[in-house]
Amino acid sequence: MSYDVAIVGAGPAGMSAAIRLREFGASVVVIDEQPSPGGQIFRGIERNASSPVFPALGKDYQKGQALAAAFRVSGAEYLPSTQVWQIEDGWNLYLTAEGKAQRIAARAVLLANGAQERPVPFAGWTLPGVMTVGAAQILLKSGGMLPEGKVWIAGAGPLPLLYATQLLNLGGRIAGFLDTSTPPRLSALRRLPGAWRDFGGLLKGLRWLRGIKRSGIIVRGFSDLRAEGNEHLEHLTWEMEGKRHRVEADVLLVHEGVVPRIHETLALGCAHHWNDEQGYLAAKVDRWGESSRKSLFVAGDASGIGGWLAATISGEIAALGIAGRLGISSETDRLRKRAHLDRRRKRALALRPFLDAMYPPPRNRLPDDVIACRCEEVTAGAIRAAARNSPADPSAVKAATRCGMGPCQGRQCGYTVQALLAEVHGLPVSEVRFFHIRPPLKPVTLGEIASLEKADRAT
Amino acid sequence: MSADVLIIGGGLHGLSAALQAARRGAAVQLVERHFLGRHASGATAAGVRTLGRDGAELPLSLEAARDWHDMEGLVGDDCGFVACGQLQVAEDELSLTKIEMRIKRLQAMGHFHEQMVGPDEIRSLLPGISAHCLGGAWVSSDGSADPHRTIRAFRDAAIRAGVDIIEECLVTALTRSATGWRAETSRGVFEAEIVVNAAGAWADHVSHLAGDPLQHEIRTSMMVVTERSASRIKPVVGSFGKKLSLKQTSQGTFLIGGGSQGKLAADRQSATVDVVALAASMQAAVRVFPELEGVRIVRTWVGMEAMTSDHRPVIGFSQQVEGLIHVFGFSGHGFQLVPSVGRVVADLICQGHTNHDLDAFCVSRVSIERVAA
Amino acid sequence: MFKSVREQLGKRSDMIVLVNGVETPAWDGETVASVLLRVPGAGRRSPVSGTPRLPYCQMGVCFECLAIVDGIASTQGCLVPVRPGMRIESQRGPREISR
Repeated sequence: MSYDVAIVGAGPAGMSAAIRLREFGASVVVIDEQPSPGGQIFRGIERNASSPVFPALGKDYQKGQALAAAFRVSGAEYLPSTQVWQIEDGWNLYLTAEGKAQRIAARAVLLANGAQERPVPFAGWTLPGVMTVGAAQILLKSGGMLPEGKVWIAGAGPLPLLYATQLLNLGGRIAGFLDTSTPPRLSALRRLPGAWRDFGGLLKGLRWLRGIKRSGIIVRGFSDLRAEGNEHLEHLTWEMEGKRHRVEADVLLVHEGVVPRIHETLALGCAHHWNDEQGYLAAKVDRWGESSRKSLFVAGDASGIGGWLAATISGEIAALGIAGRLGISSETDRLRKRAHLDRRRKRALALRPFLDAMYPPPRNRLPDDVIACRCEEVTAGAIRAAARNSPADPSAVKAATRCGMGPCQGRQCGYTVQALLAEVHGLPVSEVRFFHIRPPLKPVTLGEIASLEKADRAT
Repeated sequence: MSADVLIIGGGLHGLSAALQAARRGAAVQLVERHFLGRHASGATAAGVRTLGRDGAELPLSLEAARDWHDMEGLVGDDCGFVACGQLQVAEDELSLTKIEMRIKRLQAMGHFHEQMVGPDEIRSLLPGISAHCLGGAWVSSDGSADPHRTIRAFRDAAIRAGVDIIEECLVTALTRSATGWRAETSRGVFEAEIVVNAAGAWADHVSHLAGDPLQHEIRTSMMVVTERSASRIKPVVGSFGKKLSLKQTSQGTFLIGGGSQGKLAADRQSATVDVVALAASMQAAVRVFPELEGVRIVRTWVGMEAMTSDHRPVIGFSQQVEGLIHVFGFSGHGFQLVPSVGRVVADLICQGHTNHDLDAFCVSRVSIERVAA
Repeated sequence: MFKSVREQLGKRSDMIVLVNGVETPAWDGETVASVLLRVPGAGRRSPVSGTPRLPYCQMGVCFECLAIVDGIASTQGCLVPVRPGMRIESQRGPREISR
């Protein structure tokens, strides 16, 4: 099959880009891992309207309904539950769904594959009972699942506060919130300069905070959080004022912000920039969302974290950029202006600089005994030892330790290895590369790849 | 910085030569452009194979086989070597006949390491093998090693022997004077009496720098590694005449290669995976082991290595320039030869000659003048 | 560890799935990974150390939710919605081959 545009990801950016490109009459295919449209932010949006959790998920979530509905009728071909495991020049995309592989061709590709939560290793983070806040929120959106027992949240950023509010609204309880943000803390939100531009957003933040205080305790200024237990989480301990504190816990939800998904753009050799404040890599894009590679576009959080509203607008902008690149429209500048896309995006991003400054990624030293690579169970100490014996290159550490060789393909340990190499070699993190990313982008079976050869011969 | 010998290339052959020469008292420096084992040595499936060796390579291969069974003695670590055996299966009658003929030829020459095995034996060696496999050749003392562990072991042994290893060091110029070599690098100037070109896929470049222009192709063999799986396959398995080599590592992952080629970048500095070629390779694997069909591939990569037209390495002194030794062009099967070739190169460095017959590996085969003529 | 809001409201489950052979109620919209979190001992075990693991990210990037779903090993449970009668088995340690 051949299309004008292949869009990877059916979240806010991918859906809005598909809708706009269909208005130009372009043939569009949208490929997504999930069984239904919405991305992580609007997960389950089509099904949840009749669910008892719907009101608790909030107004922002409910806005996804109209977008998903418009996407459904846009005429874009939609391939749900489908993984993209290789993208080649030209462009060819190799997909797999229900155990069957196929290849499709497109004149332009838009990567709108969003973000993932920043992996932040700590002692005991592989223990059952420990998961991310985003994961818990997805459980809420996809099956109406609430955590039971003594539920702790540790981390920083808007998401833990939002999720805590949703949980409390549904009658859930939170035993405590371990606030990892460094001063200026949550309370300092009020004092941030320039916040007048989105005062509503700030007030929301403060409301979340009050709700948590009513349910449980808030702990600040601690260090060395450890999740402990035999076979599953039983206790949390932390260091504070020279003393180790210990509480019982059944569930620990952690969150330290989100980072763009970069495996695809890294594998394609796109130029990336290092966001030092937030400690992540993102593909460099021009004002139309085009990467350093011609007719390969990136939109939404995948090109830098901006949230869902900015993502829908950047999806529209990328759609215009693609229409221009493919010669489908010659009026893209005028259309961009007429739809006030730049002004709308600026407004959608108003709070972002303050959030970024408020919630920097944790930069505390990782203890040697903490597992950095969940798949291959490689500790920070083993990575440091390998780093001392090699140049500051993650490939060398990978070869020496197996770190990053497991099924997650470095998605959980990449930044940790980078940071440890920087630490050992006394370099800024920005000067250490990420892992080399090679196909397949997702684990694919021998049989799936083998079947492509037959298909090729048949044609 | 001055030494007796400057080895260019921190792959296993460079490291092995460095180790052996240093143990014989030479002052050795080794420079590596990236990090040790960055290319072919780190990308190899690390098969330790005398099976099916080219006749000219066989003496070096049999000598190396003895080393592999005592790597502890050679480098202080077993390098993850396991004598799990290597099996070459015949998928059709013609392949079976050719294997039989080869084994007869070997026996006539007095070599009895390869044995013919029948269909029942291959099924007892490999319970999951496809019913269409008719038999094959078996070398029980062959096996496989862990490439990264091997690199570390040779590096550590070389350092203990006094070798000075400099990584992230790119050679930019080589000049020869009456007293020896002067190498300009990204990390300063090095001087040495002898230069060893062990630069793998970049050996042609180094040969040009040294004033002895040689040419070779670049092999871009693709490798596939799967998720960890329950232990099932013990020996290393190949298929006669087919691009398939498969083993299960001690971690339980399946490592599948066999020579399917990736795409070499136009500047010959990098290579990428070719999915269509990989599909053919996976089909070969599933044909021989149908039960692997559902196993998931976690990573693929491409190893870059110098390849000669007759697939034999280049080992020996330059015929154009004094004090220059070439050791490259192993064409995808140099891993097993590392210990013995290191000794040969040390012979050349320390004595100026070796008792091994190197005629089949002579440099003139790849000299540009010769190729042009 | 997790419970459906609807179960708490006394609503009946939407379907039955088999978890390691045991009939288990499940809810529309939930994924295999969600079921693994609700059924004690249903998670995978690390093929490296054998230690127990449960789904961590729910968004396809951690691979802690691998399970055998309708006979297919190493299925990413967080990407697969439950279906009535679905067979979910724990993947303990390295995967078996030939399935």
